[in-house]
Amino acid sequence: MLLTVTDIQKTYQTADGPFAVLRGIDLCLAAGETLALTGESGSGKSTLLHLIGGLDTPDAGQIVLQGQDIAALDDTGRAALRRGTVGVVFQQFNLIPSLKVGDNIAFQARLAGKHDPAWAATLAEKMGLTPHLNKYPEQLSGGQQQRVAIARTLAAKPKLVLADEPTGNLDEATAGVVMDLMLQLVAETGAGLLMVTHSEALAARLSRRLHLRAGQVA
Amino acid sequence: MTQATLLALLSHWWRNPLQLFTLLAGLALATALWSGVQAVNAEARASYDAAAATLGEAQYERLVRPDGQPMAQATYVALRRAGWLVSPVVQGRLEGVRIVGIEPLTAPGGIGPVAPQEGADFGSFLTGEGQLFANAETAARLPDLDVIISPDIAPGTAVTDIGVAQRLLGKADLIDSLIVLPAQPRTRVPLAEIAADLTRQPAQGGSDIGRLTDSFHLNLTAFGLLSFAVGIFIVNGAIGLAFEQRRPVVRTMRALGLPLRRLILLMGAELMIFALIAGIIGVALGYVIAALLLPDVAATLRGLYGADVSGTLQLRPSWWLSGLAIALGGTALAASGALSQLARMPLLAAAQPRALAMAAGRRARLQGYAALVLLVLSAILMVTAEGLIGGFGLLAGLLIGAALALPLLLDACLNLMSKAAKSVTAQWFWADTRQQLPGLSLALMALLLAMAANVGVSTMVSSFRLTFTDFLDQRLASELYVRTDDAAQAAGLIGFAKDRVDAILPIQSTQTTVAGQPTEVFGARDHATYRDFWVFLQSTDDAWGTTFAGRTVLINEQLSRRAGLDVGDTMTLQDRDFQIAGVYGDYGNPIGQAVLGEAIFGMLYPDVAPRNYGLRMPPEDVPDFVAGLEAATGIPATQTINQAGIKSISLAIFERTFTVTTALNILTLAVAGFAILMSLLTLASMRVPQLAPAWAMGMTRRQIGWLELLRAVMLALLTALVALPLGLALAWALLAVVNVAAFGWQLPMYLFPADYARLGVFALLAAALAALWPALRLARTPPADLLKVFSNER
Repeated sequence: MLLTVTDIQKTYQTADGPFAVLRGIDLCLAAGETLALTGESGSGKSTLLHLIGGLDTPDAGQIVLQGQDIAALDDTGRAALRRGTVGVVFQQFNLIPSLKVGDNIAFQARLAGKHDPAWAATLAEKMGLTPHLNKYPEQLSGGQQQRVAIARTLAAKPKLVLADEPTGNLDEATAGVVMDLMLQLVAETGAGLLMVTHSEALAARLSRRLHLRAGQVA
Repeated sequence: MTQATLLALLSHWWRNPLQLFTLLAGLALATALWSGVQAVNAEARASYDAAAATLGEAQYERLVRPDGQPMAQATYVALRRAGWLVSPVVQGRLEGVRIVGIEPLTAPGGIGPVAPQEGADFGSFLTGEGQLFANAETAARLPDLDVIISPDIAPGTAVTDIGVAQRLLGKADLIDSLIVLPAQPRTRVPLAEIAADLTRQPAQGGSDIGRLTDSFHLNLTAFGLLSFAVGIFIVNGAIGLAFEQRRPVVRTMRALGLPLRRLILLMGAELMIFALIAGIIGVALGYVIAALLLPDVAATLRGLYGADVSGTLQLRPSWWLSGLAIALGGTALAASGALSQLARMPLLAAAQPRALAMAAGRRARLQGYAALVLLVLSAILMVTAEGLIGGFGLLAGLLIGAALALPLLLDACLNLMSKAAKSVTAQWFWADTRQQLPGLSLALMALLLAMAANVGVSTMVSSFRLTFTDFLDQRLASELYVRTDDAAQAAGLIGFAKDRVDAILPIQSTQTTVAGQPTEVFGARDHATYRDFWVFLQSTDDAWGTTFAGRTVLINEQLSRRAGLDVGDTMTLQDRDFQIAGVYGDYGNPIGQAVLGEAIFGMLYPDVAPRNYGLRMPPEDVPDFVAGLEAATGIPATQTINQAGIKSISLAIFERTFTVTTALNILTLAVAGFAILMSLLTLASMRVPQLAPAWAMGMTRRQIGWLELLRAVMLALLTALVALPLGLALAWALLAVVNVAAFGWQLPMYLFPADYARLGVFALLAAALAALWPALRLARTPPADLLKVFSNER
């Protein structure tokens, strides 16, 4: 099993006191499998994604990725996990505005020491970004920027791709194109995919779905 | 990983050159002001040290005649034969250059250019046809003599063999003083048996000139520190804004797996490289500032204290290194806050919004408490501070406390105005200004410090000038001063003057020690001049009357403070007790002073004969009198000093002093204006999303631009209102605490409202000029850019 999540709990402090976002979540994901995480706003989808990606730490529970317990890692260990094993696609793209498109695509792979120029060129080609490699992100449309973000994630050949509403900022037609490309490339790399989405249509295209309600699996 | 990260970090500056310029320029300007002032100070101090080394005056005890006249060379020979290890010195002036004649074979090492351990050419020095050593500047003033260039010789001084000096100065077989070597044989014959007419002048701990001019240098150093503090605020602001703008990128890089420690190390290294580059530019700029200021500083010190300082600047490795160290240290200081925030920054922006808001609130409260504690501490120190440490503690507490309190004060003011606003535009303006405050607060703190420094230092210098002018009126009451070389000239002068002037006031003094303090005792003739012109800090009813009658003594403030003597106390001179009748201000004098009546002075110090005289007469009679005196007695005009001339020279010197302080004032204010400009420019690009809604709801871009300009001027005005009392408190601390601790005398403080108003106008102009460009940029923002704010694609 690529990923096993057991009884994960997370609580935030708010103005009104502590708020339990996740209250004992369990899930598992095999390599090459795609899983949609759905639920209302505030149900804990993004929080769960962040915990699995090593961007945050759980209060209790276990997250085992490729046999390694993420919750037990320190900051350096989680950073190594993020650059080598996991790839995150954000809703806001989170590109580096001062780097050109080509450098953005190569960035995470370089961090991980896995930069493969041929693979990066293939990804750019498949994403239709080759003519834009020398442009800055601000010169691209939203759909193009999200394609750069996906290419950046896949360029590092992660074992697990985490996507947080990757098409949330795009129109329907562009979202469809971007989704097609992402699913195709994830399948080619054999990585697992865990995607947070509000869209029933997108969720239906993945192999499995997990619905969260008030921090628990519904 | 490192290469990819560095590429990403450096690409930010490539894409935002203005921010890079802000950072480099802020640090370079801060370093320039600091190193410029330090260079001037170091150059002047090096000149004093060279002077002290050349003359040996600081290190060695000397034998001199009490009346200051030369002694016969035979006395020197007799002393050497009696076992005394002494070395002769002859001094005098030639073409305005101080000629110092020494005997290299007996002189202690280090007081001349030719020391045995250096293996110098003794032969040419001893037997040359008038060979002299001097620096290049001095050598140019002696074109007819054989001068060897030696940069280590004090400015305005030429050193030569004693025989050459005697010949050049017309002092054949005469010696001015004898240096007493530290190690003396026990078997030597007592001084009284060989040369009873000589007295021992003790060695001094430091250079006289150095002590005299410490006041001037302290002011310059304080100014340099303040300028550097202003610069550090700019750097802090520039680094803070750069970090703020890079926060999303930093978060992304960390999310993509860059370890925090590596990121902090690389960002720290990046800043240090910038600091090094800016430091080199800053030190070079500082050199230019110093080179421009040094001629004025040299003229000021020469005129004010008689200190010869070279008017040209030498490149000294020490201040290159200290300038770079201060640039690196300043950057580290300014960056430490931003880096520590970065280390604590949560990886997810929206993870804990409430916690972040609470943390921001905690920081503001902490800043408020720190400001309160520092200001209360300053208030306590105002009453209790003694000594330099207390004085500087007071200055630091005042400045840092006020700077920390400024954003909170401004926020409270803006909140009040926001509540009082009636129109929607006004409400939006005040609320928007409050929102801008955190981004501008560091620049406004820099402006506060710059203005407070201006008010403080200008008040101090102007007060010094007014006080010194009054002091000149007091001390230079006589219309003409005449120096006589010997008893015959003195008699000739008195004979010629007695029927031609209103009064002859002999000036006679001797050195002694009172309560362990070196003190100069004067004997004053009973005359209305003293009663009319001298101002006491405290005195009995008839202080002059009892003093002229020989019953009391008057002392200066320095002696009063250092020896703990006040009016009514008793002090002893030559085993005779005198009650102190008055304490007078004596500005610029490093040692204690006491004034006795002429008669009792003559009884206590019968060997001291007056050589200088003050003459009272109508000012218009002075030129004829000087001409007549020369014709009748042979006393040349060069031995007379016209009071009006001295005053005009003194005032001219002060104008030069003002040139220095005005130049520094303008520089500091310019640096603060630059801080505002850079903050506004950096904020301008972040302002578009905030201004777009106002534009969309009906405000024109022109209106928005005007309001941006108004905002900067209004914030500068509020800052100026805080800076005025702070500057006055700073001036008070400098005059009443630091000056007393450092030099033993207190200066009265005068206020100069017109100067402050002018400074306020300058500050508002600087703020308006700084805001003009960013406001224009905002007013000309293309509608397409404003529309992007509402687009999902942004």
